[in-house]
Amino acid sequence: MKILVCISNVPDTTSKIAFTDNNTKLDTSGVQYIIGPYDDYALARAVELKESAGASVTVLNVGLAETEPTIRKALAIGADEAIRVNAFPTDSLFVATQIAEQAKGYDLILMGRESIDFNSGVVHAMVGEILGIPSISPVMKLDIEGTKVTMTKEIEGGKELVESSLPLVAGCQEPIAEWKIPNMRGIMSARTKPLKIVEPKNIDAISANKKFELPAPKSAVKMISADNVAELVTRLKTEAKVL
Amino acid sequence: MNILVFIETSEGKIKKTSLEAMAYAHGMKGETTAIVLGKADAGEIQTLGKYGATKVLHATDAKLDEPIIQVYSSVLAHAMQDEKADVLLLANSSLGTPVAAKVAIKLGASFASNVTELPDTSSGFTVKRSIYTGKAFAFVELTGVKKIITLKKNAAEIKETGGNAPVVNYAVPLNEADFNTKILKTEKATGDILLPEAEIVVSGGRGMKGPEHWGILEDLAKALHAATGCSKPVSDMGWRPHHEHVGQTGVKVAPQLYIAVGISGAIQHLAGVNSSKCIVVINKDADAPFFKAADYGIVGDAFEVVPKLTEAVLASK
Repeated sequence: MKILVCISNVPDTTSKIAFTDNNTKLDTSGVQYIIGPYDDYALARAVELKESAGASVTVLNVGLAETEPTIRKALAIGADEAIRVNAFPTDSLFVATQIAEQAKGYDLILMGRESIDFNSGVVHAMVGEILGIPSISPVMKLDIEGTKVTMTKEIEGGKELVESSLPLVAGCQEPIAEWKIPNMRGIMSARTKPLKIVEPKNIDAISANKKFELPAPKSAVKMISADNVAELVTRLKTEAKVL
Repeated sequence: MNILVFIETSEGKIKKTSLEAMAYAHGMKGETTAIVLGKADAGEIQTLGKYGATKVLHATDAKLDEPIIQVYSSVLAHAMQDEKADVLLLANSSLGTPVAAKVAIKLGASFASNVTELPDTSSGFTVKRSIYTGKAFAFVELTGVKKIITLKKNAAEIKETGGNAPVVNYAVPLNEADFNTKILKTEKATGDILLPEAEIVVSGGRGMKGPEHWGILEDLAKALHAATGCSKPVSDMGWRPHHEHVGQTGVKVAPQLYIAVGISGAIQHLAGVNSSKCIVVINKDADAPFFKAADYGIVGDAFEVVPKLTEAVLASK
């Protein structure tokens, strides 16, 4: 079985977000980049399947050269080889197009349910649609038997047990697998694992980020004494008007 | 402008977020058609006229009773063409968002999800969407002829505009190949208020000391007609089910009121709640970082403060 794991290169979840160039670019100073947390779950499940079912795992990232440390980390975690599509990931359609272009011949295409920078949460659905194969997300459990795939998918206030067949695309989230931390041997071998760089397929963009904005700053917290809890209820009614 | 709005129902009722999509369509001042797929209460969908629909399409084929994403996306792409719709609006959800993305691919339409405000059409068509898990916004220009937009909760305020709309049976050919995924079983909390849609959320963290203490939070939630949520450690430890985990890698909520009890306020948790209108933090540690992100704070023992709060809420009714 051939597994393709698509990873995003995103600011660490603790990053403070700020913009430069008249609010048109992310201020990357001091920002640590990581494998998208949801993608990390997808990768962990792929490595499990590699160990239990003898699958091969290729990791794919759409990004410029600066994403290579993130790709190497995925190799250290256990992917066998990597592909980097040499382009800035401008929007979901662009990324999905590049993934679909590389995904032919893979049985299982895994990625996170969404990237934590732009949060669209649709690349898996778009890849499935472009390739004409099923896509399911967010998947919390995924088991394969032959070509039959059984998955638990989260829905609002509960879950669905879903059955489909390979090839398919799954957007992953916890608790599909435990995050894996690279060990020393993994880190050493990652340096020499193949990383192929391919040029992107060009498409006409039909959406563009024009500008960014930060939310309005929050006003100071109003403290209420623990001995006067009723005052909170009054304030929520008359001041905040949320009750 | 012709707008098609996909209406989701839950236990026979139209979802609130779908009514927000109706309000958004009304705000765009277009000709609005609502579409409902599968089994739905006839009386309930009749009310869509009140929210601004001039027509309601109801595809009643029993094969649509189960929400299979591939099938739904084909039907909506079909409907968009039949109705000559310029815009398709949906509420963000585990169903609506992937369906929207697939329709966008089928029709070559521009797509934006997590949209928070009406579009700016002064030059072109630009929407504001939430990014970095609520830590920022992006203004995205959609240049495709057709546009598909999924809305974040509270993108528009539900309004009754008092119209009337005929419900038209929408017959659409279904493609067998789209039934490539089977839903074997659905487990859903019934009767409860769904967390992603709740107007009030009461959440507990590690400060609750154990699952056996959740009763006081449930009592408060019941008094407030609220949903219950929790922090990541709480769901990781199995004190509460995963679908109650609020945060960066869990459910993102946007209620009117979010009450956090015994949650310190890690940045990953804040990312899931920062779209809330009003945040109340109850924590015995006065230095808990969550207070900085709160509107109201109480420093105190949850086991004393929460029951008193429940009492005060009940007394105020």
